[in-house]
Amino acid sequence: METTNLLPLPQFIELYNVEVSFINSLQEFGLIKVIIVEEIPHIHHEQLSNLEKLIRLHYDLEINMEGIDVISHLLRRMEEMEGELRGLRNRNLS
Amino acid sequence: MDYIDYYKVLELQNTATAADIKKAYRKLARKYHPDVNPNDDTAKKKFQQINEANEVLSDPENRKKYDKYGKDWKHAEQYEQQGRQQRGPQGGGSGGGFQGNTGDFSDSDFSDFFSSMFGNSAGGRGTKTKYRGQDANAQLQLDIKDILTTRQQTLTVNGKNIRITIPAGVENGQIIKLAGYGGAGMNGGPNGDLLITFSIINQTKFKREGNHAHTTVDLDLYTALLGGDITIDTLTGQVKLPVKPETQSGTQVKLKGKGFPVYKKEGEFGDLIITYKIILPTNLSEKEKELFTELSNIRK
Repeated sequence: METTNLLPLPQFIELYNVEVSFINSLQEFGLIKVIIVEEIPHIHHEQLSNLEKLIRLHYDLEINMEGIDVISHLLRRMEEMEGELRGLRNRNLS
Repeated sequence: MDYIDYYKVLELQNTATAADIKKAYRKLARKYHPDVNPNDDTAKKKFQQINEANEVLSDPENRKKYDKYGKDWKHAEQYEQQGRQQRGPQGGGSGGGFQGNTGDFSDSDFSDFFSSMFGNSAGGRGTKTKYRGQDANAQLQLDIKDILTTRQQTLTVNGKNIRITIPAGVENGQIIKLAGYGGAGMNGGPNGDLLITFSIINQTKFKREGNHAHTTVDLDLYTALLGGDITIDTLTGQVKLPVKPETQSGTQVKLKGKGFPVYKKEGEFGDLIITYKIILPTNLSEKEKELFTELSNIRK
C-alpha cells in the first residue's frame, strides 16, 4: 500500500506530545480515521490540520470529547453552509 | 494608541485573584478561539485581546507594572527613571530626557499599548502557539459543457478575487486545493487552504461515466432494417453516422474520442457510446397495414 501520504500514529503522538488515549477517543467518536498499514496505525496527511485543531480544543481549551464532537459537527455544518453561500455568490458573479 | 483596560477585557474587577484570571481567560478563550469561530475577524480580534490581557494579568510582574502605571502608560518609563534616579547616588536630577517610545512595533499580535508597556515579546511563557488559518470551502457550479475545455474563472473568497484554472474533464464532486488561500494564520502560523468542490450540472442527453459519454439515439424502423446515414448530436457538434442494415434495438456503437476530455491529459478524450432505440411507426394507413401483413406472411 502507498504510504507516502500517511503518517505513523506513534510518530505523531511523540511529535505532538499527546496521549494515546486521546487519539483512541477521537477514533471512537469517529472524529479521525486511522488506517492500519502493516499492523501500524497511520493517519492521512489530509487529516493533519483537523487533528491539530482537535488537539487545541482539548489541550488549550480543556474541552472534553463530547464537547469536541458537538463542536466538530457544528463547525462542519457551518463550513458546508458557508461553502454553499460562496457557491451561490460566485454563481451570481460568473 | 489608547489605554486598554485588561480587567474589562477579561470581564473582571481589578481585585481578581490569579485563579479568577485563569478561569475568566479559559471561559472567554473557549468563546472566541479561532478554531470555534472560523473566518470570523471580530472573534479573532477579541481572542487576541483576551490573550494579551492574560499575558499581562497572569504574570505577577507584568500585572504589578500594569496596575501601577496602566492609565499613565505614556509616562511609565519616565516614572521608572525618576524612581531610579531618586534612589541612586546622584539623585535629585532634572528627570529630563524622556525619549518616549519609537513605536516601531513588528509584532502585530499585540496592541501598541501592550508593546509600549511590556515590549513586543513580553509575557511569562515567552512562546506563542502558532495557529494555522482555517481551510476555506467553496462550491463551484459548472455546466457540463464548461468542462469540455480548460477554462479560467475568477472566484471571490473572503473578499479577494482569485483567478483559477479549471482543467477540462473535472469531475462532479472533485475537490481541488489552493494552498494558502484559506483563512489567515495567527501568531505567524501559515494560511489555511482553499478547497473548491465542483458541482457539475448536466442537463444534456449525455450521461457521463468516467470519461465516456452515453446517449440513446432513436432510429426509425426503415433505417434500422435497411440501413442508411443518420445525423446525431455529440458533445461538440453533429456528426453523420452510417447505420448498418438490420440493426437491432439496443445495439451499441462506439464513437472513439467523442466523449469527455480526460482530466489533465491534454488532447485525450473518452468515447461516445450510442445505444439505438428503434421507434415503430404509428397511425398506420390501410395501405401500410396491408403491406406489413404481406411482409408478415412472407416470414411465415
